[in-house]
Amino acid sequence: MSRKAGPSRLEHALRPWRRANRMARWLVIAGTVITLVFAVLAVFADQIAPYGQDQYRYEVAGAPVDDDGDPVLESIPRRAEPGAGFPFGTTSARFDVFSRIVHGARVAFGVVVLSTVVAMGIGVPLGLISGYRGGRVDRLLVLVMDAVYVFPPLLLAIIAAFVLKEYLDPGLPSAAVAVGAVYIPQYFRVIRNHTLSVKQEPFVEAARSLGAPPRTILGRYVFFNVVQSVPVIFTLNAADAVLTLAGLGFLGYGVPYPQAEWGLDVSRAISDVVSGFWWTAFFPGLAITLLVTGLTLVGEGLNDIVNPLLRVRGYTGKVPARKEPTAEATRESDDEDITDLAKTGVV
Amino acid sequence: MLGRLALAPVFLFIILTTLFVLLRVLPGDPVTAALAGRLSPAQIEERRQASGLDEPIYVQYLDYLTGVVRGDFGNAVTDPRAVTEIVLDLFPATFELTVFAMVLAVTLGVVLGAFGARHRDDPLDVGGRMFGILVYAAPVFWTGILAQLVFANRLNLLPTGNRIGARVPIGDLEITGFYLVDAVLRTNGEFFVDALTHLILPGITLGLVISGVFIRIVRVNMLQTLRADYVESARARGVGDSRVLFRHAFKNALVPVVTIMGLQFALLLGGAILTETTFSWPGLGSALVDFLNRRDYAAVQGIVTFFAVLVVIVSLLIDFVNGLVDPRVRY
Amino acid sequence: MTDHVVANRAPAGGPEPVLRVRELVAEYATPRGALAAVDGVSFDLHPGESLGLVGESGCGKSTLGRALLQLMPPGGAVRGRVELGGRDLVGASLPVLREIRGKDVALVFQEPMTRLDPLMRVSDHFVEAIRAHRPGTSRREARAMGRAALAQMGIPPTRADNYPHEFSGGMRQRIMIALGIVLRPQLIIADEPTTALDVIVEAQILDILDALRRDSSVGLILITHNLGIVAETCDRVAVMYAGKIVEIGDVRQVFSAPKHPYTKGLLASTISLETTRLHSIDGTPPDLVTPPPGCRYAPRCPFVMAHCTDAVPLYAEPEPGQLAACYLYPGANADGRATPREDAEVAR
Repeated sequence: MSRKAGPSRLEHALRPWRRANRMARWLVIAGTVITLVFAVLAVFADQIAPYGQDQYRYEVAGAPVDDDGDPVLESIPRRAEPGAGFPFGTTSARFDVFSRIVHGARVAFGVVVLSTVVAMGIGVPLGLISGYRGGRVDRLLVLVMDAVYVFPPLLLAIIAAFVLKEYLDPGLPSAAVAVGAVYIPQYFRVIRNHTLSVKQEPFVEAARSLGAPPRTILGRYVFFNVVQSVPVIFTLNAADAVLTLAGLGFLGYGVPYPQAEWGLDVSRAISDVVSGFWWTAFFPGLAITLLVTGLTLVGEGLNDIVNPLLRVRGYTGKVPARKEPTAEATRESDDEDITDLAKTGVV
Repeated sequence: MLGRLALAPVFLFIILTTLFVLLRVLPGDPVTAALAGRLSPAQIEERRQASGLDEPIYVQYLDYLTGVVRGDFGNAVTDPRAVTEIVLDLFPATFELTVFAMVLAVTLGVVLGAFGARHRDDPLDVGGRMFGILVYAAPVFWTGILAQLVFANRLNLLPTGNRIGARVPIGDLEITGFYLVDAVLRTNGEFFVDALTHLILPGITLGLVISGVFIRIVRVNMLQTLRADYVESARARGVGDSRVLFRHAFKNALVPVVTIMGLQFALLLGGAILTETTFSWPGLGSALVDFLNRRDYAAVQGIVTFFAVLVVIVSLLIDFVNGLVDPRVRY
Repeated sequence: MTDHVVANRAPAGGPEPVLRVRELVAEYATPRGALAAVDGVSFDLHPGESLGLVGESGCGKSTLGRALLQLMPPGGAVRGRVELGGRDLVGASLPVLREIRGKDVALVFQEPMTRLDPLMRVSDHFVEAIRAHRPGTSRREARAMGRAALAQMGIPPTRADNYPHEFSGGMRQRIMIALGIVLRPQLIIADEPTTALDVIVEAQILDILDALRRDSSVGLILITHNLGIVAETCDRVAVMYAGKIVEIGDVRQVFSAPKHPYTKGLLASTISLETTRLHSIDGTPPDLVTPPPGCRYAPRCPFVMAHCTDAVPLYAEPEPGQLAACYLYPGANADGRATPREDAEVAR
């Protein structure tokens, strides 16, 4: 747990990657590429999207000019089939589906990031305090968090969004808080369990015996060690968060129309599907599927590599007994790094 | 294990308290929220008194808790029925859907997961994993809409929504509320086929989503048990391959799988809400969404309370099943 | 020729060996290429004889135990010959192997805690093993056989229906041995059977194994890193280094007058009453994906000579019945009778 020199630390971090099999590496690479494509869409949405998310009129070449010399805008065709000009077609409200998907990527990433900030902002400090203080506070917090954890996540997000609606104007922040509420227990659990184990480390004992106040110990020694498990939880939760947001949006508790959000767009396209316009529902849903697949591949692949046990929500596996190193060359080798993360209690 | 049994009511208590606090910090009370503007202030006041909303908050809280213990989930504001009645009316639909989905998900999960673990990194394993990731990644409402588009609108094979066709006189035929069961009880073939064709699309849609998770869990756990020491020892004793696979590796993998399936029940409920909404399936999930949209806090609170009770009961059941499978578990 | 040298201990006209291993190679697949954890091992084992297989961790001794029964993990491969009662196991089909495993050869592993299926009663382990080999046996009969085997190992038959977690480590190892002997095998391979157990239990287990081979003239291969156990229990000892047997011979002879420099180093590094200071061998074992040419111990050997790295040494026989693959002794380079190339062939 002590700080190591830079290069050896990097070496250590890369070792599981080199030892992982081709399949696991391929999964991570494919997932990263998909995720990056969406990230680029999100960041450069204004530059990439040909139209605004709720733009229904556009400029046509050779159109007449009005008194001020500006071209007269024409209405975007209603329910245009995918083709030239509108690659994914247009909606019944004359919005360009492709542009809405690009802007939707921004909402998705914004909510993932913001909800993580919310979940971490509450889960991490509580986990630190609970793990470090122990005792009655710890037991109560663990009970409450476990109770929240067994509760259906989507239902929790819906209720959170429902309550928030009365206090915040619906929009990206309130959707992010609703989604973030779901993941507080997971950050809490991991950080708490990790804190429990770090608390026993000699350097913490040493700091305590030298008379360092708890604040310093928590802030300086425990926090920086414990915070390393955060990226692991993040990769596990990001995909889930996108789906939760889409579910909220579909039920009308995400961001308000006409803001572009994929789940919301699918729900507004239900009637189109019945009358045969497939593209308004198809492409936003495809975007969700692709982004979630990409994030899952990254998360699963990384976990495959870093820790083959750490894959599934709620999995409580055992660390297999070590064998004599005769099997050094077999696949068993990827067990070696299990212990560290298994201790964090993510598993 | 005694700990966990004793924890169940504590969990329930925490969830219910949180729910109560969340819904009561909302501005206004349930009656006002749902009916303001539609009834006169005097009528609202009358309704409030009838629902006990003029009582002090702690009395309401105690009423709520004691009600739950007696199986009374309160009264809806925008529906004349008590929530318990609504639950009894609509839960069979949700249950039928989730059981169908669960059976499909478990079957797919066990077959693809176990096969993938046995033939790790074979093309079929990779295919199975990709399938698992894709069905998990595709939002259930989108899969549902696509299924409707293809099988109902284009191919005209299956109905798009609802539980039963208009031609079936369901009022006369219903016994338990589980239509497939009722059809068998009535030995009514037409009824059975009609109920089944309505169930297929939503059931498969929901089942696929859950199966993604199961494939992963079964595969991971089988990978663990396949390289367990006792599996190697059994092989070294000359025990046949299929027996090693099923009796030792699979059975041991089942222990954590059952536990996680319990946790996935929460996921299943969330999926059911979306599936029911997509397919206009008249179950508790779509009812919940309706009440949410009508801002009927009281009904929302009642239905969510029922879901919480369900989650806790399922987790107890899972513990019980684990105790049957695993001799190391003692109550 | 290898046959002659390795099998030299067989008394003329004596019983045929239970096990005859020739040029056994066991490889694992690694990202860098094949790794031969066992690389050209030959030896014989006679009925009632016990052979100790010693060496440091990673020398391939556990792999050898598994390779004899073709129990390699996915990606592993075995070459060479393993003859059990005249039948070759290396090329044998899976059904044939399955028949031999458990019935003719019992494999007892280290770590008894994890070797029994936690969800199965002990008696069911017996029923399963017995019925795998004698499908006609009734449940009752199989359970009776199991109880008898357990009683032989000092486990009260009344506990046969308990689950594995209800037994201590020592009891579980005795259950494992009972499971191994219930079908009266000709050969028991025990891989570190006592490593996880305390000293008293260790002595019990070793007594049991010793008694088995004396009473029922079972062949015993005892794989261990504990030289003391070998000295107490075994007739012969084979010392393994980097996948090869570097020295093999009578236990007392090898331990009192080791010939191979590695054996000397290994013996010097064990603690005994006479030890005054801890001794260790400098350096580390070679990488087995790309092993060094010639003698694999040469880089660490205090007696290394210029030609040690030219070709793999053959077995010399410095004392009758004691073979050492080392150029210090005449015979290791085949006395110029063979070309270096043939040397390599034979010794590999």
